[in-house]
Amino acid sequence: MAGCCGGIAVAAEAGNEPSSAAGPPMSPSAPGVVAYVRTDGAGRSTLNLLVEGVHCGGCVSRIERGLAPLPDVEVARVNLSSKRLSLAWRGPAERGAELAAAVEDLGYRVVPFDPQRLKSGEAAAERDLLRAMAVAGFATGNIMLLSVSIWAGEVQGMGAATRELLHWFSALIALPTVLYAGRPFYRSALTALAARRTNMDVPISLAILLATGMSLHEIIRGGPHAYFESAVMLLFFLLVGRFLDRRARGRALSAVERLVTLSATAVTVLDDDGTANPLPPDLVQVGMTVLVPPGERVAVDGVVVDGRSTIDTSLVTGETVPAEVGAGDRVFAGTVNHGAALKVRVTAIGEDTLLGEIVRLMQFAEQRKARYVALADRVARLYAPVVHVLALVTFVGWVTVGGMAWQPALMIAVAVLIITCPCALGLVVPAVQVIASGRLMRAGTLLKSATALERLITVDTVVFDKTGTLTIGRPELVRDGRVDDETLRDAAAMAGASRHPLARAVTRAVPGVAVADGVEEVPGAGLRLRTACGREARLGSRAWCDVAEADEAVGPELWYAAPGKAPVRLTFRDPLRPDAAAVVGALRARGLAVELLSGDRAPTVRQAADALGIADWRAGCSPTDKCARLEELAGEGRQVLMVGDGLNDAPALAAATVSMSPSTAADVSQTAADAVFLGDRLGAVVEALEVAQQSHRVVRQNFVLAIGYNVIAIPVAMAGFVTPLIAAASMSASSIVVVLNALRLAGRRRAANGAVRSVPTAPAGGSAVAAT
Amino acid sequence: MNALVYLIPVALLLGLCGLGAFLWTLRSGQYEDLDGAAERILFDDDDGPRDTDPPRS
Repeated sequence: MAGCCGGIAVAAEAGNEPSSAAGPPMSPSAPGVVAYVRTDGAGRSTLNLLVEGVHCGGCVSRIERGLAPLPDVEVARVNLSSKRLSLAWRGPAERGAELAAAVEDLGYRVVPFDPQRLKSGEAAAERDLLRAMAVAGFATGNIMLLSVSIWAGEVQGMGAATRELLHWFSALIALPTVLYAGRPFYRSALTALAARRTNMDVPISLAILLATGMSLHEIIRGGPHAYFESAVMLLFFLLVGRFLDRRARGRALSAVERLVTLSATAVTVLDDDGTANPLPPDLVQVGMTVLVPPGERVAVDGVVVDGRSTIDTSLVTGETVPAEVGAGDRVFAGTVNHGAALKVRVTAIGEDTLLGEIVRLMQFAEQRKARYVALADRVARLYAPVVHVLALVTFVGWVTVGGMAWQPALMIAVAVLIITCPCALGLVVPAVQVIASGRLMRAGTLLKSATALERLITVDTVVFDKTGTLTIGRPELVRDGRVDDETLRDAAAMAGASRHPLARAVTRAVPGVAVADGVEEVPGAGLRLRTACGREARLGSRAWCDVAEADEAVGPELWYAAPGKAPVRLTFRDPLRPDAAAVVGALRARGLAVELLSGDRAPTVRQAADALGIADWRAGCSPTDKCARLEELAGEGRQVLMVGDGLNDAPALAAATVSMSPSTAADVSQTAADAVFLGDRLGAVVEALEVAQQSHRVVRQNFVLAIGYNVIAIPVAMAGFVTPLIAAASMSASSIVVVLNALRLAGRRRAANGAVRSVPTAPAGGSAVAAT
Repeated sequence: MNALVYLIPVALLLGLCGLGAFLWTLRSGQYEDLDGAAERILFDDDDGPRDTDPPRS
């Protein structure tokens, strides 16, 4: 079991330097851990960590065995499904840093988190449903046993006394069950009624309560028919549907939460005397001085007080060229510091930051957006009144025309309600949704919203962001032969000493070059290296290498001046995702309009648009511009799928009909998007559309099946021919048919994948995700 | 037929035992880490059942 068995975790796919070996030297996250330790009165401290890189039991065992022997450690337990480590020890909070460091020494990156913030009540609600489902399942099984005896007894001539006994036992089980397990439905039905709407839960609650109540009345009178098994079975089936639905969404949500948490770390605050003090981001206050180490994300808006560095703003503005900052310059939360350490004075927090502004725009966009009504609810709006009217007509008809007493007439009306109760209808959407989202999850797309699939099929326009969405969002050296390999290798030897994104691009382009000794970095300018004969080689900006300014520069560039030679120019570009062109082509082939909205400068955007054949592009868009364009499109009656990753895209993501973002996106964007996809393949967009269309087809078939069944059953029920036996049998039969039909979606997986993969994609096909 | 009077309660009691057992497993967090549970059975526990109880946070 030693080592890892090669599972690919979500985080490893997330694109932020996957493993500790390949990435930068481990970030000093350990001190920040202390801020998350909770200590109770008895001196017992607990800490929760997300552990990156745990794939199998071997990892679990290594971590647990590494920690257990340490003194005072009481609990060290890794949850393999959620990749969380719970620690508890006797002693001060400060030991947390030491324990976290022990895990990092084993080769796993850890990020602390606050469990109370993560759970957000989802888990508790899921448990509640599971408990209700267990109770309903137990009751269904037992009442069914009794009911089968009753039905068999009817044929064999069972005495009335025995039947009554069995009925009373059924009632004994059914009553508490209906009260306890039906609560989720009653609650939802009441909320809907209070808002003067109806939803699926209104007819469900009514049928369950009426059936139970009437059956109770019936057995008190000593009548032959009781519908306890139907009521409880209905409850059980519906709870199964409800539970599956929530579980599928909960898993996707927690996977996204995990991605977001992994990118959040504590802020290092510097006191007046220069001591470093880690704080969770929400405790930082205006006026504090914050240290931003190289390679880390800037967590606050502020002004640089000390240090010079390069800032990658691509997530915030979409700009590909890193910006140079020095004392007095403003930096924004969400940008990444690539050069040297910076000291930043905090000028704004929370609401006042650029991030806060973006969040406000997002909320505004969301309010303007029409609330989408789920298909099942739209059906219920038509269905519920029809069913209730039919039941009423039956009752009134039998009493007035048929001249029946009110009790048997009401019994027939209840039979109509039971037989038409949307048991199958309640399963139509959840069953399909669970299978579809499970399929997407295996392909690396996390579906966060319940109605995202339904909204995806309405889409007729796809709007892309450029940087980080159509492109990989990481510069790459252009090798067009203007610079010979010899020179490149020399440049790479120097570049290896720097963490500047362009320098790293050079190192990536020329692998296997040893880093030169004695390279000196001048922040904001470049690198210099004293060669043997006392002369100097330089790698850096235009000015650093003494080259005159010229207009030719479009994209990012570096200059390399070897001793005694003319400086050479190294150019970079942000490469398109390997399958971007194919995806744009596939979207066109589906008859969708494709548009490009970017915050980057016009020449770079034009280049990308031309390469992909997108005629409709806009450059230099601010977040407000993007939002405005989406509203314009919505005004034309178009349904837009927005795909974007940056902070500047977040409001647009919220404004679009449906939205997707890559897992490398800014936290806010991932939160705003309806779906998050992992890995380098943009093909996930086409895949999601494909799956949405297939599941829509199955959902429609299921509706036809469920309603078709009702069309046959309702006349029979209204005529008064339905006995409890027929009701129970037909109800379970229709539910099973619906679920089986939904399962076909899973069975068709192979054929469907063939269709999607026919979009030529990068060999990154192995994006199988061990998502939890 | 008189047998029914005690057979049915006995059957119900057994069913309730099952239900109770399930609710207990749910409460004690045995479904929290299904992937991990599958692997844990392979560990050699030299040091005894040290931390079998998941922490209650």
